[in-house]
Order: sequence, then C-alpha cells, then structure tokens
Amino acid sequence: MRLWKLFALSLALGPLALAQTTITIATVNNPDMITMQKLTPEFEKANPGIKVNWVVLPENELRQKVTTDIATNAGSYDILTIGTYEAPIWGKNGWLVEISGLPASYDLEDIIKPVRAGLSYQGKLYALPFYAESSMLYYRKDLFAARNLTVPAQPTWTQAINWARTLHNPSAGVYGICLRGLPGWGENMAFLSTLVNTYGGRWFDENWRPQLTSPEWKRAIGQYVELVTKYGPPGVTGNGFTENLTLMAEGKCAMWIDATVAAGYLANPKTSKVADKIGFAKAPVATTPNGSHWLWSWALAIPKSSKKVEAAKTFITWATSKEYIALVGRTQGWVSAPPGTRYSTYANPEYQRAAAFAKTVLDSINTADPTKPTLKPVPYTGIQFVGIPEFQAIGTQVGQFIAGIVAGRTSLDAGLAQAQAATEKIMKEAGYLK
Amino acid sequence: MTFSLTRKKTYSLRPNTFWLLAPAVLLLILWTQIPFVLTLYHSFRRFNLLNPERQGFVGLENFHSQLTDPIFWTAVQNTLVLVGSVLFVTVVLGLVLAVLFYQDFPGRPLARTLVISPFFVMPVVSALIWKNMLMHPVYGLFAWIAERLGREPIDWLAAYPMPSIVLMVAWQWTPFAMLLILTGLQSLSREQLEAAKIDGANAWQEFRFIIVPHLAQTLSVVVMLETIFLLTIFAEIYASTSGGPGLATTTLPYLIYLKAFGEYRIGVAAAGAVFAVILANIVAIFVLRMIGRNLQGGRA
Repeated sequence: MRLWKLFALSLALGPLALAQTTITIATVNNPDMITMQKLTPEFEKANPGIKVNWVVLPENELRQKVTTDIATNAGSYDILTIGTYEAPIWGKNGWLVEISGLPASYDLEDIIKPVRAGLSYQGKLYALPFYAESSMLYYRKDLFAARNLTVPAQPTWTQAINWARTLHNPSAGVYGICLRGLPGWGENMAFLSTLVNTYGGRWFDENWRPQLTSPEWKRAIGQYVELVTKYGPPGVTGNGFTENLTLMAEGKCAMWIDATVAAGYLANPKTSKVADKIGFAKAPVATTPNGSHWLWSWALAIPKSSKKVEAAKTFITWATSKEYIALVGRTQGWVSAPPGTRYSTYANPEYQRAAAFAKTVLDSINTADPTKPTLKPVPYTGIQFVGIPEFQAIGTQVGQFIAGIVAGRTSLDAGLAQAQAATEKIMKEAGYLK
Repeated sequence: MTFSLTRKKTYSLRPNTFWLLAPAVLLLILWTQIPFVLTLYHSFRRFNLLNPERQGFVGLENFHSQLTDPIFWTAVQNTLVLVGSVLFVTVVLGLVLAVLFYQDFPGRPLARTLVISPFFVMPVVSALIWKNMLMHPVYGLFAWIAERLGREPIDWLAAYPMPSIVLMVAWQWTPFAMLLILTGLQSLSREQLEAAKIDGANAWQEFRFIIVPHLAQTLSVVVMLETIFLLTIFAEIYASTSGGPGLATTTLPYLIYLKAFGEYRIGVAAAGAVFAVILANIVAIFVLRMIGRNLQGGRA
C-alpha cells in the first residue's frame, strides 16, 4: 500500500520537478503534419515554458487511439487531431474544451467560413483548422490534348464517363479513371457519398429511413461499378486515397477524383512524375451540384481530460495562425503551405504563383455546403458523411457491400439490399427508427 | 495401475504445496478471468463509445442482434472454412516435406533452415509481402510472370480472396507442421523400415502402413495446436483484404475487431467475443476427443 502511495506521489511531483509544461499531441502522419512536427523547435523557442511531445500515427490507428482515449476519459493527450466528423459530435458530448478568448491578432474572421462552421456545434467552436480540403478532378493535360478533348471548369458526369472510355488504354499502362474502392467510411464511402449526392440521392429521408435501394443510389453505384470495372486499374477494391495518389503520380491514370490536398503532391516535381502535366477542375456533377464535392478539415482540439489546457491552447493557436503559414511558406516553399484554412493564404500573391490549383481549391471549399448535401431535404449535416455517431458503423458496412459488388461477388441489387438491411438494423438499435 | 499410483502421489503432496501454489493460481485466475468477466458484463449492456447518452443494460439484445445478423453467420462459416483448409494444406504439405527431409541428402541442414524460415516471419509482414510484392495485379511478381507468359494478370485478393488468405496462412504454418512431424519421424526406428523393405514392401506401402500409423499421435497434436492458433488468425486478414471484398474473408475475430474498433459498439463486440469462446470450446471438444482416442490407440 505504501509503495502505491509513493508511486502516485512521484507521478504527481514529476512535472513540478521539471518546472516546465509538457504537452502531448496526437496527430496523423500526413506530409503537412510532419512539417508541423519539424517546425516545433520554433514554437519551443518562442514559448520556453512549454515542451512538445509527439505521437504520430496513420489515420486509422490515430482515429482508434484518440476515440477510445476520449470516450473512456483516459487523458493521455493534451491535443487531438480530429476532423469535421468528430468535432461537432464530440463537442455535443461535452468531450472537448470550447475554443474562445483567442488573441485579436489570430483573426478568427480570416478562417474560411464553411470550415469554421464544420468545426462548431450550436455556434460554439471546438477545434481550430490545421488544413482543409474539398474534392476535385485531376486529369492529364497531355492525354486530353492528344485526343483534342478540353475540360471545362465544371465538368459533368456524362463527360467524365466518355473521357474515361476514350482514354482507357491499359496496354500503354494508362487506365481511364482511378477512383477509391477500398472499403471504409473514410475511404470508398467518402467518394461514393458525393457521387450519390450529385445523382440526387441521399442517405436518409426526413424521418431517418435509409434510402440505399432508391433509384438514385442504384444509378450512381451502377455507374461507379461500370466505371471502375471497365476503365479502372485492376485491384480497385484495394485502392484507397494513398494507393490512388501513387497511381496518379506514377502516370497510370488519365483522371482521378479525390481530395484537393493531393494537388500539392501531384504538382511537385520531387514527388510526381507528371507534375507538369496535371490539370485541375471541379468534381463532376450530374443531377445537382449540391454535395458533388466534399468538405473536410483536419483540426486541432483540446480534450476535457487535459490538465494543461492553457499550454495546449497556446500551441494550437500557433499552429493554425497566419504566422505559422508564413513560416511554412518561407522554409518549405509556398506550394507546401497548409491549404484551405485562411482567406489570407489565397490572397497571398506568393501562394497564387506557387499553386496553380489555388483557385479551384478555394472555390470547391467555398461552395461545399454540409447543411444542404443534395437535392432533397435531409435530417443530417455532412456531405461525405452523416454527422451522427452511428455513421462509422453504417459507412464501414455499406463500404464492404459495395466492394463486394465491384468484385462481382453480389449483384448491384442484392448488394444494395444487403446494405439497406444492415443500415436499418443499426438505425433501429440506435433508436432513430421504431 | 499407473493411474492410481500417480493419484496417490499427488494426494500426499497436496497439503504441503497448496498454500505455496495458491498465490500463483489466484493470480492466474484473476489474470485470465477478469477480462472474460468484463466481456460477459459488457455483452449485456448497450455501450457505444461514441454515444454516451444511450447506455445501460439491454438483456439479451446484443446476442439477439448478432444471432439474427447474416454477417455473423457468414463470419462463423468463413472462420471454419479458413481453419479447415489451412489445416488440410499444412498437414498434407508438412507430411510430404517431413518425409523428404527425413532422407539424407547433401545440404540438408541448410535446406531445412530455409524451409522453416516462413514460420519466423511476423504475420503482418508476411501479409504485406504477399499482398504488395507477390499478388498485386500491377506491381506484383505473379502479375509480372503472367505478363511474360502473355496472360492477363489476376487480381488475386479480389478474385480469390479466401484461397489467397489460405495460401498466406498455410505458407506460414506448413513449417510448423513439418517440424513437429519430422520430430515424430525421428523416433521411428530404422530397423522397422528395413525389416519392411526385406519383406518386400514398396515405398508407398512403407509410407501407408508404417510411417502414417506411427505418426498418428504427432498428427493429432499438430491438428490440435494449429486449430487453437488458427481460430484467432487476424493479422493476415487485417493487412491484406480487410475482411473483403464484401464479406468474403470476414472471420469471427475480424468481425469482433470491426464491431469494437471500427464501429465502437463495445456491447455487440463483447457478445461476439462470447460466441467466439463458445465456438472455440465446441471445436476444442471435438479435437480433444479425436486426440484422446488416438493417444489411447497409441498406448494399446
């Protein structure tokens, strides 16, 4: 017993003996976060009382760690990297510290509006955006020019399908279109939700009844399956964001529709074989432009369980400030500056010069409206996800069923019927449906 | 006779050793049973990590939810198919390899080391090697060979997901089976084989009537140990197919993982875990019975 007390005492006194606050940050191993980690000494120089400790993980592992940590109130981290899906739900649960009392120099009005709204719940802000993204169409200018095809700023799906058919040339190592196929609510379902949206479909009607067997879903998913099986690379069900990014950078795809954050990587000659041949356009639309492109932000938040809220707030204010963006621009080159968070970044002539994609990205983020994701009214917010706690379960299962359709294990109708039944089951258990 | 003798012996030892053993036994019980009791407790509760507002006891709802879920039964079926196929492949291949390595040939120690090495590769690493370096339809070795032969590369993990997983797992576990069987073979007296040869037995008869009966005990131990380990196969599926495409490779352990860490439905996952324990026990009863029979047969 005495030993335990001694142990507890030493734990309690440990931080005091150091006379310095150490904050622990959990984040994703994306290139922009690695840069943030690299620039930490600058922060520590400016704030000598604070030491920063990093936990860097791949996205799926990070999500698991952070979610279990906060839900069980374990308190291992002082700053969490979360997205627009988590921020409002966790804010509502009372798990996050509300962000308020920021210094005037931070200029909260400079944060891009839809991004700020996505990180708030009932008008209260629960996280500050580190970078933000929408989705758009990447295409190979050289291949399109060789066939005398021109891409408008806002293409339609009919055009996209025709281009994929025309440019598909596997014997030359170029596939017509690359799209996500790896199951997961944040993988294939993120893209497929935008596709269903623009075909006029929705996840739920106003009374939370799942709509997965509706004609809109059938048309959208049927079109997707035809595209990836006829004009896509082999092994689609194993390709997520990262795999497609590699395929595109290796020059194996004529087109790719995915996150705008990939633009910096594809346009950088150090990381991409086709850096000078990449064209950018908005994500294609079908029936409605609403919800044809998503809105996501990786943001920094402070859990209620943290005992070092002030130090944590100092750090996230620094990492999302104008000064930080300027620091990255100066030290890493402006093409690598964190995109999508501030109007001032896009007003900066240096950034405009370095990033040819800047305008398309800003337009896409500005026009993505999570409160009106499709033609018909919906009871939820979110474009490439449904903002309810149960969506992780639903999206993951539906993603599996659709991968099953792509792999030819079930028919379109049977696969969607299974997905509908699984979704109904979860919604009943969660109490949305009687 | 021997049975009563050993029993008498332990009886006389018991008063002295009981208190000495007690702390260790108690610790073992706590260590193994607390997680299980917690699992049981959670299996009766509605517990979604992301939705703290809706929690509480729901009786048998989690079990009902699992038993009426077609996904669950697909997973049970997949688990049995996976374990059964891997057992079959590893035992047959292990037996063949063991008989080959029982013979003398130059370079045998080196060859033996090479054959055993897959067993020492970590499951996740082996899954990644198979997925990206061998089976990948664009960059993989199999695709390259197919292209050299002028054929269309096969997308193994999408077209033949379960056979691919069986192949990966069997590749890992064949050396294990081979090692145990080889040990068993080495206890076979060479005189017996020579006597059979003098009596005019050919190689097949030697194998069928001397080697296989001699190995009955070893084979049943191999089957039992492998069954225990194979029922919990997870890493290969996690790293290569993620249980897909569709539900083609979703086994019971992977389904429990999905419920707990993909969907954060701890209650439903716990109910699934309780079923997994029941399934493991059913399989164990059959396997142990089979082994018991063989051991008795071996003694007589």
